[in-house]
Amino acid sequence: MMTTFETIAKLIAETKDMDPSEVKPEMTFADLGLDSLDVAELVMNMEDELGVTIEISPELKTVQDVVALVEAQKK
Amino acid sequence: MAFGHALPKRVVTNQELTAFVDTTDEWIVEHTGIRSRRVMSGRETVSGLGAKAAKMALSRAGITAKDIDYIICSTSFGEMTFPATACLIQEKLGATCPGLDVNAGCTGFLYALDLADALLASGKAKRLLIVCAEQISRVADWTDRSTCVLFGDAAGAALCEAGEGLKTIRLSAKGNANILHAWPESGNSPFLAEAQAAQPLFMNGQEVFKFAVSNSSRDINAVLADSGLTPKAVDYFVLHQANLRIIDAARARLKQPTEKFPVNIQDHGNTSSACIPVLLSEMTEDGRLQRGQMLVLSAFGAGLTNGAAVLQY
Repeated sequence: MMTTFETIAKLIAETKDMDPSEVKPEMTFADLGLDSLDVAELVMNMEDELGVTIEISPELKTVQDVVALVEAQKK
Repeated sequence: MAFGHALPKRVVTNQELTAFVDTTDEWIVEHTGIRSRRVMSGRETVSGLGAKAAKMALSRAGITAKDIDYIICSTSFGEMTFPATACLIQEKLGATCPGLDVNAGCTGFLYALDLADALLASGKAKRLLIVCAEQISRVADWTDRSTCVLFGDAAGAALCEAGEGLKTIRLSAKGNANILHAWPESGNSPFLAEAQAAQPLFMNGQEVFKFAVSNSSRDINAVLADSGLTPKAVDYFVLHQANLRIIDAARARLKQPTEKFPVNIQDHGNTSSACIPVLLSEMTEDGRLQRGQMLVLSAFGAGLTNGAAVLQY
């Protein structure tokens, strides 16, 4: 089974047409070339795929931030 | 049904906006699809714009203002606190029928259409005029680069007659003022707590985007199912013009060609509830809209409100 990070990396890679291995936890959305609406679309896809609710906030900056938020909800 | 529209004279390009907010033409085009918008200036009034749109719809329907027996004006921000903008328009048209305003944000045209359908079905009205008259420029925050670039002013009108083409309509609302709102001056009542300062338009774009994308696809599929239509059988999907990317996202989910998704956002920006009737009026003008065609309308907006309808022109 894929880890939360792997699932999120896969979804980001699909959005930006890149390889999942290029996505690193410390990367910010800006590093990945994602603008605010890309992030919103990504969050919707993550909510569908992972069955969680993610509230978008300014604190949500890196891939790791999202992973942590999802992990916290899974517990 | 017949449609009409009116636009303010003043064209404001993206380039012009860069003079007072930190943005660029490229950024706005790439992120929203908007190239310019019309903004009310000088002595233009939203009721004047509404009356002009209404006259076009009346003339296309071949009737006069005396023949209409109800005016529903959809406006997110009326010209005056009172009287209703519908009454200001009624006076300008020289009509004698009742009129009232409805506010369902950008979904206003669909909410008005639903009320129109009820009034026509009950026999209380035979010919009813919907006027979506919007002046978001008056309430926009012209210091906020994330929102002021998105909106434009316009009026769109629809003349509806009994027994006409509305096949099915679904509306919903999910009250949430936090992510999209504006409020006016509080007045000077000595009985209230500290006066709340006026707040121009605020929008959490990401949350609105999520709401829009998830609800519009669901609404569209629901009205298609209600009327037993496949996406293929629809001539046009006339969607609220908030952002080209939302329209593209809906199109991708429905797997339909670009030509079926008419847009005017590049020239007008988001004109709130006027978007859909303005677009239908422009399509009447250029001949894209023909009698008998099957249309799916879908919108979302402040409330939050959303809705979709199937309409045969």
